[in-house]
Amino acid sequence: MTVDKNAVKKIARLARIQVSDEKAELLSADLGNILNWIEQLEEVDTTGVEPLASVNEHALPWREDIVTDGNITEQVLKNSPEVAGDFFVVPKVVE
Amino acid sequence: MSDLLKMTAAQALSSLSKKQISSVELTTAYIEAMEATHELNNYVTSTTELAKQMALDADKARADGNAGRLAGLPIGVKDLFCTKNVMTTACSSILNGFVPTYESTVTSRLWESGGVMLGKLNCDEFAMGSSNETSVFGPAINPWSARDGEALSAGGSSGGSASAVAAGAALMSVGTDTGGSIRQPAAFCGVVGLKPTYGRCSRWGVVAFASSLDQAGPFTRDVEDSALIFSVMAGHDAKDSTSASMSVPDFSEAINSGVEGMRIGIPGEYQMDEMDNEISDLWRQGRKWLEQAGATMVDISLPHTKYALACYYIIAPAEASSNLARYDGVRYGNRIEAETLDLMYEATRASGFGEEVQRRILIGTYALSAGYYDAYYLKAQQVRRLIKQDFDTAFSDVDAILTPTTPSAAFSLGKPVTDPITMYLNDVFTVPANLAGLPGISVPAGLSKQGLPLGLQVLAAPFREDRLFSVARTIELQAQFSLAPARAAGELQ
Amino acid sequence: MSAFVQGRTGDWEIVIGMEVHAQVVSNSKLFSGSSAVFGASPNYHVSLVDAAMPGMLPVINTECIRQAVITGLGLNAQINKYSVFDRKNYFYADLPQGYQISQFKHPIVGEGEVQIELADASTHIIGIERLHLEQDAGKSLHDQHPSKSYIDLNRSGVALMEIVSKPEMHSAEQAAAYIKKLRSILRYLGTCDGNMEEGSLRADVNVSVRKPGEPLGTRTETKNLNSVRFIMQTIDYEVQRQIELIEDGGVVVQETRLFDTTTGMTRTMRGKEDAHDYRYFPDPDLLPLKFDDAFIADLKKDMPELPDQIKSRMVQEYGLSSYDANVLTEEKETAAFYELASDGRDRKLTANWMSVELFGALNKAGLELSSSPVSPMQLGDLVDLISDGSISGKIAKEVFADMFETGKNAKQIVEEKGLKQVSDEGSIITMIDDVMASNQDKVDEYRSGKEKLFGFFVGQVMKASQGQANPGMVNQILKEKLKG
Ligand SMILES: [Mg+2]
Ligand SMILES: [Zn+2]
Repeated sequence: MTVDKNAVKKIARLARIQVSDEKAELLSADLGNILNWIEQLEEVDTTGVEPLASVNEHALPWREDIVTDGNITEQVLKNSPEVAGDFFVVPKVVE
Repeated sequence: MSDLLKMTAAQALSSLSKKQISSVELTTAYIEAMEATHELNNYVTSTTELAKQMALDADKARADGNAGRLAGLPIGVKDLFCTKNVMTTACSSILNGFVPTYESTVTSRLWESGGVMLGKLNCDEFAMGSSNETSVFGPAINPWSARDGEALSAGGSSGGSASAVAAGAALMSVGTDTGGSIRQPAAFCGVVGLKPTYGRCSRWGVVAFASSLDQAGPFTRDVEDSALIFSVMAGHDAKDSTSASMSVPDFSEAINSGVEGMRIGIPGEYQMDEMDNEISDLWRQGRKWLEQAGATMVDISLPHTKYALACYYIIAPAEASSNLARYDGVRYGNRIEAETLDLMYEATRASGFGEEVQRRILIGTYALSAGYYDAYYLKAQQVRRLIKQDFDTAFSDVDAILTPTTPSAAFSLGKPVTDPITMYLNDVFTVPANLAGLPGISVPAGLSKQGLPLGLQVLAAPFREDRLFSVARTIELQAQFSLAPARAAGELQ
Repeated sequence: MSAFVQGRTGDWEIVIGMEVHAQVVSNSKLFSGSSAVFGASPNYHVSLVDAAMPGMLPVINTECIRQAVITGLGLNAQINKYSVFDRKNYFYADLPQGYQISQFKHPIVGEGEVQIELADASTHIIGIERLHLEQDAGKSLHDQHPSKSYIDLNRSGVALMEIVSKPEMHSAEQAAAYIKKLRSILRYLGTCDGNMEEGSLRADVNVSVRKPGEPLGTRTETKNLNSVRFIMQTIDYEVQRQIELIEDGGVVVQETRLFDTTTGMTRTMRGKEDAHDYRYFPDPDLLPLKFDDAFIADLKKDMPELPDQIKSRMVQEYGLSSYDANVLTEEKETAAFYELASDGRDRKLTANWMSVELFGALNKAGLELSSSPVSPMQLGDLVDLISDGSISGKIAKEVFADMFETGKNAKQIVEEKGLKQVSDEGSIITMIDDVMASNQDKVDEYRSGKEKLFGFFVGQVMKASQGQANPGMVNQILKEKLKG
């Protein structure tokens, strides 16, 4: 598996991580090596094997529909790098 | 006070209840030890004032006759657990300055039982690493020294948690284990590290790395303490949908019941080429001890073991790539300002996440992306099922499995590993238990030729931590391992 | 279906599919205990889970599961006893987790259908592809600051049902009928309040065009339309745009578009240019959602009657026209009002009075049925007075106007104003005799064959009775008398 520079940039864009051209070059080799190593999984015959997402065997617990939370605006905003009034603030989003 | 740091938690509790010592005395000793071992870099935040107050409270509770199960015992917490009003960073610069307004379920249980919080312990950034070197605070250092005197890794990711307990800077500590992050540093530092069954300890309030693998667990000086603190940490939590609603048994019987009549499996696949001889020797020694104690050793096969690491290095990064999306500079942590929202995200995350974290996010993003999902993520999930089935089959025949914890003793911090795969190999024996959701324990069992601790790992079927304690305690009694790291605090030296 | 659109190069067929986001009626959010109520100060109905604080975990709300299943039943859909919550990964300012918890491969509800009726009384079945549960996002305000957007997470985590239709609609009218019908069903079921203005119900509209018989064309998706009118305008605009584009030699680009409510046009959504790759995977914080047949059967037991069922009952049992039945069942409240008002009396007459007089008056006054000054019982009483001949239809209109204004009962008004119809033969004969006596010349003309004058005599008698004489009796007696 090779992950070329453009592929690295595409993934980095999806992950919202800025990468310079130089770094993309390094990562290209890095990721390629790791993925090559991971490709040993191809040796395993998994025909008909149900994927396992969770080892839990119990049922998903259901919560009662009652309001038990909220009304903690101060806590919610407390750690934010930028707030205005009771809003979080980000650079302007253009739709 | 000379004996204070030498006590196990059980001994300390006994002295506390006999009023031979107070929690304030005990806590003060530990605070001094934290300062004395400062250079080990195992605490990233110390909460000494809080600790003193909690110790006072514990003493008062004991005087009033309402002492909790851990009343007055000084405990350190991996900086992955959110702690109310105490900075929590996951040892990442992206969470710099984050002060939670809430307390994780596991740590809440500790404090409700009278535990005393000493501070937040160093770890790999977002628990991603096996040497504690990815921490933004620099690595925690192993209190044990190699003959050549070079600083050694405490292991990772819960390196600070292991190092602190080994160095006498915490009586007990808690960490998390996603692929071996409790057991491997425990082995490196010569302490007992328990990774409970997936679902035993609530994940609520613990910074997530890989949700289907993460599990909190304790570091202790011995097996008895492990059972003691584990029984407080464990239990159902309605706030975590993956938390098991099983009751937590009393382990005091398991501790002393021995292994007479037990069938213990030795998986052939764990005999790996790259493994040090001294590890093989230790493993053989462990078998002998258990046999002498009355267990029947059984050769078993876990045929998909070989693929566990590769499987893990798809699943964990995939989940992590999504779990770490919330670190975007909007609601908490560091932000790098930029013109547009997307540039702000990209700059914030590029500067806030370290190299290994970025690498894993990218691998995970790649494995989940269109066109690669089936080949990587789905394939890994299928292999994961095969790995679990291997264990299911094994546990239909044996009560526990014995393996080495790590393929080598603690390595030097002097020569950083540049190849990520070499670093990943550290987790080769520990990762399968996470993929299968099994409980595992690492118990110190001997020393390497370099004089460094080596651990043996015991695995059991889900929710059979009792068997881990029985087997580990048996090993512990036979091994007579003595915790004597060169760089420990005062009396431990 | 002959709803082709004429282009320069011939006929075009329109293909429309819709993804409707319907907010689930529940007290708390899908995965957290904060309130799902609309309207509060910013970041008020927000928990640590909704703000995606580190270490926070989702726990599912039982009511949202019930509501989704009830909706599935109401759409005659396949209910999936096994479904999975997935993470849909993307970055956006109002998406704090960096992913939306949704359902991708295994939705809670599978295929179903909705029947629509158009103005020409034709009915059509529109297929439902699926319904899944997912989290709503927060809200970004872009007009508060020149270079900043403000984020409010009150909506973050509120439960939505995404209801995906098959691409089986072929005109704006059908699309409008579909959304109205869907809204009506949801409101009957009580699973979504259907309030489009507040955004409880909003639609993403997929539009493509093709030459008849050809494979599907490339579609565009116009997002977040919150009124039937906007949906229709979007379709009209997109159809014209796409046809012109293709006929001018261009190609339609598969893209997300935004509707501008001021211009009635759609435009490419900026910032969505780079291809999305949502990297769906099962949410490891949640386990698969499972329930058994008993759970479904339990909900089935309590299912309310739905508009189609009520409608066919109204047509078959009450003898209403399909049109009237449609009007009366569109809203749950209307049907309930009608059932009450018409119970035990002339169903058709009540339907007329409701759809003509009551709706007319409400419309004029700008009132909703829920705040009608005339109650169902009061309307029923009025209908009774007409049926038993106490008042004529004409008088009834007067009485109704009074009722609407004052809220008084019909009987009271009739009595107070002395509007009761005169059906006493003696007094009618007296009035007729008087009229004939004072119009002897006209009587003679009538008798000599000018029968057109009959109407004149009726008018005079009714006038004399101040409109209260029973018109039927007046007609009958007058005819006899005039014969001579
Ligand atoms: Mg859509
Ligand atoms: Zn949706």
